[in-house]
Amino acid sequence: MSTDLPVLTDKDFASDQDIRWCPGCGDYSILAQMKKVLASLGKSQEETVFISGIGCSSRFPYYMNTYGMHSIHGRAPAFATGLKSTRPELDIWVITGDGDALSIGGNHFMHMIRRNVDLNVILFNNRIYGLTKGQYSPTSSVGTVTKSTPIGSIDQPINPLSLALAAEATFVARSVDSNIKHLRAMMQRASEHRGTSFLEVYQNCNVFNDGIWDYAKAKATKDDTTVELEHNKPLIFSGGEKGIRLNGFTPEVVDLSSGKVAQDDLLFHDESADSSQLAFLLSRMRHPEFPEPIGVFRAVERPTYDTMINNQVEQSVEKAGEGELEKLFGGGDTWTVE
Amino acid sequence: MSSSTVFPPTSKPSESVSGVTVRLCGDSGDGMQLLGTQLTNTSALSGNDVATFPDFPAEIRAPRGTRAGVSGFQVQFSAEEIFTPGDGVDALVCMNPAALITNLADLKKTGILIVNSDGFEAKDLKLAKLETNPLTDGMLEHYRTIEVPMTSMTRTAVEPTGLSVKFADRCKNFFAMGLVFWLYGRDVEPTLRFIENKFAKKPDVAEANRLALKAGWNYGETTEHFASTFSVPAAELEPGTYRNVMGNQALAWGLIAAAKLSDKELFLGSYPITPASDILHELSKHKNFGVRTFQAEDEIAAVCSAVGAAFGGSMAITTSSGPGIALKGEGIGLGLILELPFIVIDVQRGGPSTGLPTKTEQSDLLMVMHGRNGESPLPVIAAQSPGDCFDTAIEAWRIATKYMTPVVILSDGYIANGAEPWRVPEVSSLEKIEVKHPVAPSDPDEEFLPYSRNENLARPWAVPGTPGLMHRVGGLEKQDGTGNVSYDPDNHQYMVETRAKKVEMVAESIAPVEVFGKSKGTLVLSWGGTYGSCRTAVKESIDAGLDVGHVHLRWISPFPKNLESVMGDYDRVLIPELNTGQLRLLIKSKYLVDAIGFNKIKGKPFKVSELVAEIKRVAG
Repeated sequence: MSTDLPVLTDKDFASDQDIRWCPGCGDYSILAQMKKVLASLGKSQEETVFISGIGCSSRFPYYMNTYGMHSIHGRAPAFATGLKSTRPELDIWVITGDGDALSIGGNHFMHMIRRNVDLNVILFNNRIYGLTKGQYSPTSSVGTVTKSTPIGSIDQPINPLSLALAAEATFVARSVDSNIKHLRAMMQRASEHRGTSFLEVYQNCNVFNDGIWDYAKAKATKDDTTVELEHNKPLIFSGGEKGIRLNGFTPEVVDLSSGKVAQDDLLFHDESADSSQLAFLLSRMRHPEFPEPIGVFRAVERPTYDTMINNQVEQSVEKAGEGELEKLFGGGDTWTVE
Repeated sequence: MSSSTVFPPTSKPSESVSGVTVRLCGDSGDGMQLLGTQLTNTSALSGNDVATFPDFPAEIRAPRGTRAGVSGFQVQFSAEEIFTPGDGVDALVCMNPAALITNLADLKKTGILIVNSDGFEAKDLKLAKLETNPLTDGMLEHYRTIEVPMTSMTRTAVEPTGLSVKFADRCKNFFAMGLVFWLYGRDVEPTLRFIENKFAKKPDVAEANRLALKAGWNYGETTEHFASTFSVPAAELEPGTYRNVMGNQALAWGLIAAAKLSDKELFLGSYPITPASDILHELSKHKNFGVRTFQAEDEIAAVCSAVGAAFGGSMAITTSSGPGIALKGEGIGLGLILELPFIVIDVQRGGPSTGLPTKTEQSDLLMVMHGRNGESPLPVIAAQSPGDCFDTAIEAWRIATKYMTPVVILSDGYIANGAEPWRVPEVSSLEKIEVKHPVAPSDPDEEFLPYSRNENLARPWAVPGTPGLMHRVGGLEKQDGTGNVSYDPDNHQYMVETRAKKVEMVAESIAPVEVFGKSKGTLVLSWGGTYGSCRTAVKESIDAGLDVGHVHLRWISPFPKNLESVMGDYDRVLIPELNTGQLRLLIKSKYLVDAIGFNKIKGKPFKVSELVAEIKRVAG
């Protein structure tokens, strides 16, 4: 790397706009970590673009001193796909929420992932509609009482990671807003992956759904309720006292303290497995039956859409020569009137 | 072997006529569109002016032999300048009873009817829901009917190739083609070339089609049904090199040309829909022009991807038809408040809802004018003919970049699939489109104002990747100058009015309307794909001694500046439209002109005769 590049700090990535999230919102932490990660990765302001949809999280681009677009509800993946296809050199982040990505934007979310457009997608999952002041979302648990569900919601929630994996995701990860070191590490991994990097962040909405992730955030419980995934390592949690073992196709929690189960018998994580089966199985582990995995579920290489669409242009130029209008108009049958 | 030995010129007398309208119709699997296209291209190549009207069902294979499955192709070729595919049909070719019963009414009493008599068996009559056989029940006695056993003659002709009966029967459109080509003295050479290219990998099929074509030609020469043939001399067109183009093709080429002229790479975000898909197909063929086509997951993603590409500095386009444009409304609105240049193309079809996908209509005008939330005016231009689609595309991009705004192009199913000779432009004569992107400010402390404006009220098109110009855009109301989010009441009023004013200012950059014909009496005011029939009808009305003028609008938003004064020269304004009066509503509300409407909503273009009758009624 050249040494005369200006060294940017996280402050250089802050725009001059006042941040208008509610005090105590989990979004603040995600914003702060993002600025740090971009600075630490040596990213430039002008080559970075944030594209969001609609919702509390989607105000994010206004607070970054980069290029940005606060687009329309659920469609950020489509705007980002158009931009990345034509400007593949740009580093593009898509900021979305559970309502934005999984409800109104579910279709675009799925298709962005299957195409493997080289985008970094962060889904702020707070299991509620915040900006519209508290309706249940596609990730709310059955029975969630909100203004629109006064006697409890009846919809089965969707699992964002399972959905992404089913859509042929090449990179899937999860982190927690308050686990800032882990969150930064996941943002960095997402940034480094070529293809659609999907990162779900457990984000607390302290106004409309406060405490929904407490089990995964609280110091007292998080070691028992989450398990940090590490590539090629066994799944161990509760300070080393418990592990996850496969019983057929079903994971089970086993006690390691008695010494009856050896570490080698545990489930070993493999984020680079060809098949997404293991990642899918991990995505199905839900609180309270299981500790919920955080970390990189899956990271595999597959050609990206933006590379391929540009390759086709290059190949066509190589094959047919750069397009000339005279040739285009004169191709086929013509006649001359004197 | 040259074609002149295999297809010798006729020894029968040839009658010279100024123009001919031929309609070819059969089952949707009978290859009538192919036959029509060949007849069109061949006639254009021989120097005739041509105009076509393909008319086919929405179903790919509607139930065989039924009236719903009839596919037709009408072409007029002429020694004079023509603007329409013709009203009355001079020669009608029918491959089955369903085609006959649904098309006979348009055949002139003096016309020739050629039927495939092998297609009139009891089962065929039943499929067409006919009690009796039209060939024998007297229905055709007033027409010059020529029954040709095309199926059996084709089978015999292609026997040497050893093709199965099933495949042999597929060649019968080439038999019909041979006969029609013979009857009008058409050159078979282009069609022989077409067969060779199209079936390069299937030499037996190529040979079978050649044999069928020849059998049809020879049948005309041999049989006593035809005493003479017809010839249509070349038309006197403006000097130049010509080719035949269809509307969607010309639109795609215009877009490619506009990209070149502005030194931009073209991005199309599109979702397949009839009758717009051919633009996607055509553009996808030309990736070597730097064209990127993105077949999106839906209409919304299609427009949003285009807005994303426009933000990045590309020439972005989205194409669709009415139902898709309805879905794109919110995305277009975002592009409008972002003040980014891109093109939205609506190839209109019959509506509402799914409507009549393969039929033409002009019923999306008010939707593209007003069909978005909030105050959201846009420039709207309508193409008037297949060849005009080329110029329309270039003009739309010129305006979009000059004023930094999305521009809507209206086409319709009639011109999208219709064909006409197109004078190939000298590429060097096409005016460049200058597009500027701001670069990094020399003083790094200088504040960049993404919503500052130039004399055209256009804001700077600063693209990601430019150092020092980082800025955020979005759908929330913008503060004048900075582009920051603003809820200030006065700012909102100012921005709404400024966006509207910008669209009005486009009038400075567009041509004034030109009057054709008389400047008194009745003004026929039309727009879009009805140009040809309206122009022809006005000509005929003037020839009949009426005081009639014609103004055809290309820009509908804004209206050309002289429109109001031109309308003032007339006693009355007649607005023919293929809708219930959408332009009339706009004219009435803007100019308080009590225009008369002539409205047809049948999924079909105007006939010249019905326009002439209406003009006579209101002007007489």
